[in-house]
Amino acid sequence: MADPAPAISAVPAKQVLKQAAPRNEPSGGKARLRDRLAGIALATPATALMLALLIGPTLAVGFLSLTDWGFGARSFAFIGLDNYAEMAGDPVFRRSLINTLVYVGVVMPVSVALALAVALLIQGGRFGRTFFRTAYFLPVASTLVAMATVWQFMLHPNLGLVNEMLRLVGLAGPNWLTDRGLVLFTLAGIGIWETIGYNMILFLAGLMAIPGHLYEAAEVDGAHRPLDKFLTVTWPMLGPTTLFVIVITAIRSFRVFESVAVLTQGGPGNASQVLLFTMYRESFVYFRAGYGAALTIVFLAFILILTLIQIRVIDRRVHYA
Amino acid sequence: MSARRLRMIALEALRILLLGAGAVVMLAPFVWMVATSLKSPSEIFAAGFSLWPEDFNAYANYARAFTEVPMLRFLLNGVIVCTGILFFQIVTAVPCAYALAKLGFRGGTIVFGMVLVGLMIPSHVPAIPLYLAFANLGLLNTYWALIIPSAVSVFAIFLFRQFFRSVPDDLINAARVDGLSEFSIVWRIVVPTAWPAITAFSIFSVVANWNDLFWPLIVLTDTALATPPLGILFFRDQEAGSDYGALMAGTTIITAPLVIVFLLAQRRFIEGITLSGVKG
Repeated sequence: MADPAPAISAVPAKQVLKQAAPRNEPSGGKARLRDRLAGIALATPATALMLALLIGPTLAVGFLSLTDWGFGARSFAFIGLDNYAEMAGDPVFRRSLINTLVYVGVVMPVSVALALAVALLIQGGRFGRTFFRTAYFLPVASTLVAMATVWQFMLHPNLGLVNEMLRLVGLAGPNWLTDRGLVLFTLAGIGIWETIGYNMILFLAGLMAIPGHLYEAAEVDGAHRPLDKFLTVTWPMLGPTTLFVIVITAIRSFRVFESVAVLTQGGPGNASQVLLFTMYRESFVYFRAGYGAALTIVFLAFILILTLIQIRVIDRRVHYA
Repeated sequence: MSARRLRMIALEALRILLLGAGAVVMLAPFVWMVATSLKSPSEIFAAGFSLWPEDFNAYANYARAFTEVPMLRFLLNGVIVCTGILFFQIVTAVPCAYALAKLGFRGGTIVFGMVLVGLMIPSHVPAIPLYLAFANLGLLNTYWALIIPSAVSVFAIFLFRQFFRSVPDDLINAARVDGLSEFSIVWRIVVPTAWPAITAFSIFSVVANWNDLFWPLIVLTDTALATPPLGILFFRDQEAGSDYGALMAGTTIITAPLVIVFLLAQRRFIEGITLSGVKG
């Protein structure tokens, strides 16, 4: 694989912003006018749709979050920040925010570390490179809802493969998806399974970008053992990639929804309630649009913070490379 | 054999052992899914562990998956929705990206600013107002409710703009001298140079929309319109119950299209999916 690095990640954000104005100003007033009219005509459909489907509704969510409106209600009142105040005292919201952070806190470090290990092992020898890359990437390429259904069957307390295997070695397997203390970590395990392949590809791209002469130089300087080479060349050169993968994984796992919707519906109790699922339930099951909008804004705020960190990381990554 | 060579072989064996153990875990759900879809109920419920079915029940399982719910209809819905979305995304993003990359026009900076802001907004955020709009228009439970919210992709505009910037100005000016309109230049001169970007984006878009559960869950209650992920949930909750053989046959059918495309075109597929450094 030549260069599987994400196209966007290679572009520093500041540079993109500077490029905003096109370079080529065609000469001659007539041509320029024609260009401008054509530009407006060509950009209008997409711009109108962006306003109608993305920017407008996002602003509307912000407005709705300040009202007590529910779907189907004939009127609504402007209640200021009451929805946010309610959230602060809502144990379900607090539970789901903590759960989301715990989920991210487990999935992010484990999937990044394992993906790095897998990428190093794949890169470290000749045999089976393509096979292993395919095997580890397969979960990323499959439909998560379908595979979550398979996991549900595999984690079945009596019939499931996982507990069957545990019985073979004499262990009594737990109720993976109905044990309050365990369920969130079971979901995190599925999240890790689903994320490793994606991160592995990003690490493989980072590894391939390390110039071979650095290893030769390290060898000359006395780094013969694989561990020495890793510590003197690979790890420092891979630092920016690692930062990038960490932030990307945080953003992706913060959006956990499918596995919760398919496997637990936030239960048992609220033991696996996560932010996006709470927002879905309040908005589209209980039809509390105002409160749902406020939850959406909180979700968006977290994503924006992580995205701003990501933009800074991309800038640094290019600076290093 | 030298000691050094022996050590190399030992290290390689360790590498394969570690990677192999991990690969078993990664592949277990796929293997178990297909194996179960071939087994009879008595074998599925029997204690003990066997991979290969003793009495082959694949035909009955797959027949139930196809007849108890409209499985082919789910796949068709997936194709219709993904194709529809991709069509609108390309048709709107390509001209806009060209205008941003090559034509100076008033408001271009504002449009590009909207694209950059849009890149940061997850698709879940506009859901409440969009649901309200579709409910008021009486469009819930239609293909339009599934397609229109994704009709424009800020990610596509951003990506294509990057690509179009590298198209030589001379090529475009030559086309202008030949009397081509800007519209024809976009579709006949610029697009053919950007096939790698368009292919990668198409894979990204189809995978994302084929797998999406959040939005179909909100706007669909009609089983006949269900996309593949929603269809498999209907099947599990209403029909299959504890009929795991048929359920696993269903999940195999739903998972197969993307997995087959992935296995046939790995490199392009990986490029398409990992494109989403910004949006995922």
